[in-house]
Amino acid sequence: MRIAIPIKQVPDTKSVRLDESTGTLVRDGIESIVNPLDLYAIELALQARERLDGETTAISMGPPKAEEALREALAMGIDHAVLATDRTFAGSDTWATAKVLAETIRYHGAPDLVICGERATDGDTGQVGPALAAFLGLPVAAYVNSVKKISRNSITVSKLLEDGEETVELPLPALITVVKEVAVPRLPTLSGKRRAISADILIVSNDNLRLPDSELGLKGSPTRVAKTFTPKATRECVNRTAATAEEAIPAARDLMAFLNDRGIRLSSEASQ
Amino acid sequence: MTPNGDIWIWAETTTEGGLSETALELLARARPLADKRGSRVKALVISDSVDDAQVAILAAGGADKIVVFESPELRYFAVAPYAACLETVVRDDTPEIFLAAATYAGRTLAPYVAARVRAGLTADCVELDIDSETGELLQTRPAIGGNIMATIKTPTARPQMATIRPNSTPIPMPDKSRKAHISRRQLPSPLPSPEGRRVSFVPSESCSLKNADKVVVVGRGIGKPANIEPFAEFAESIGAALGATREVVDRGWLPYSHQIGLSGKTITPKLYVGFGVSGAIQHLAGMRSAETIVAINTDPAAPIFQVADFGIVGDAMAFLPALKKPLDTKEAAR
Repeated sequence: MRIAIPIKQVPDTKSVRLDESTGTLVRDGIESIVNPLDLYAIELALQARERLDGETTAISMGPPKAEEALREALAMGIDHAVLATDRTFAGSDTWATAKVLAETIRYHGAPDLVICGERATDGDTGQVGPALAAFLGLPVAAYVNSVKKISRNSITVSKLLEDGEETVELPLPALITVVKEVAVPRLPTLSGKRRAISADILIVSNDNLRLPDSELGLKGSPTRVAKTFTPKATRECVNRTAATAEEAIPAARDLMAFLNDRGIRLSSEASQ
Repeated sequence: MTPNGDIWIWAETTTEGGLSETALELLARARPLADKRGSRVKALVISDSVDDAQVAILAAGGADKIVVFESPELRYFAVAPYAACLETVVRDDTPEIFLAAATYAGRTLAPYVAARVRAGLTADCVELDIDSETGELLQTRPAIGGNIMATIKTPTARPQMATIRPNSTPIPMPDKSRKAHISRRQLPSPLPSPEGRRVSFVPSESCSLKNADKVVVVGRGIGKPANIEPFAEFAESIGAALGATREVVDRGWLPYSHQIGLSGKTITPKLYVGFGVSGAIQHLAGMRSAETIVAINTDPAAPIFQVADFGIVGDAMAFLPALKKPLDTKEAAR
């Protein structure tokens, strides 16, 4: 069984700061990490490999530096890594990203299963997984929260819907996107880290993929960022302190009166 | 015929077959855009059967036309057959704009189709505007973990597709005087089979979190997993759903289905009460449009207080008992 796991290197959004004067992101000194939601996909792939035997390949599109993310996947136990990197890929939106990833996956060899994280924590779109399925012509189950059964020919998963969870059996090859409930990511082992340092990473450029310019990078992207701005927040906040039990009682009373004025009761209808 | 392309929405159906509330949210978004542009609003329904009541609801919600693909094979959402229906519309009707809700199904179908028809697609929009001259859709969404807002446009590709964050749109009073034409379309031939075999469906024990009027949310500041219980009891006693921050879920104190925020659910309840919630930007993105926000946290500098209407600086566990005392109105009046 061949399993492909598209991953992305992202800035650690927990440490992203904004330059208040310009409203732009301060990127200096921001650590790059593997998209945290991809770790669940990696873990699931490793578990499937352990059960079914086969090989796992992490695939990323990004600048040369994205190699670091691939090495982290290798350190967790992923077998192979492929980096699609080319100046012409820069500025890609989700359409163009999915296009390059699809071609890179094909170039490396058709997988039986593609496992994606549900979304990347920087772009937050969740669009690349389903778009990748469309480009690869694969059946897709998105927002998978548990894998019930997997064999060489099919995979049975439960996936999230607004009103419940649906279990479906997909024939393989297929693509799934997974949410964090699906697995608990393992930590890289020392030997894994050692192996990752020297492992070969297959570098793929558009010389290999031969996609037309019109489908690459900014030029190939249907969407454009027109502007960015800092979300404006802030309401008038009524403040009370309740450091002690004595202070808590009047603070709670004020709160309830405040809510009462807004037509909200802190009690269920039944108990009134 | 109007000279301009129309604005389409996907009127999603629930697993039980009814119209999803998001259909009305999308109509509420589309109607003013169409009025500004001078175009029409069309609602796409893909289902096993669409009845007159559903048509009336969509008309009253702002649709000028309701386009239906109807077949027993379209009973449940599946990407392959639903995408084929939507692609038929894109090809035959050349929509200027196509809106879907950013539900699990919408966030699966829209990118799949956008890839195939080479449309521009913007995820999880919270604000929309239109250039009345060019029909260019200005799509605003949070990015980088909610740290910035980005306005996206699609200069040339059509349709301009966007998914709209559920629960981010107030639904206006239905206008029952509005009438809409219904057009039942021929199915794509052949209609692709669903990509998988549907084995079973388990309804959520409570979809209540997203639709709840009141939500009590616990953050890491409640201290330890054993402390969840009193807050869960409190939530129940006031008829509120229980939510959690990402940190609480990551620690395994509550399941993912409770998670509020960018990587969880977006909620817009009448009342949000956060206990020990510091207000990480990714959490705020999922709850900041709640009508009234109450926060209890020990750190007076916690970001949650910047979006709160009523803030209490104190320990959530210590404060909870005070809240459980019923409001004595005589005492409050003193």
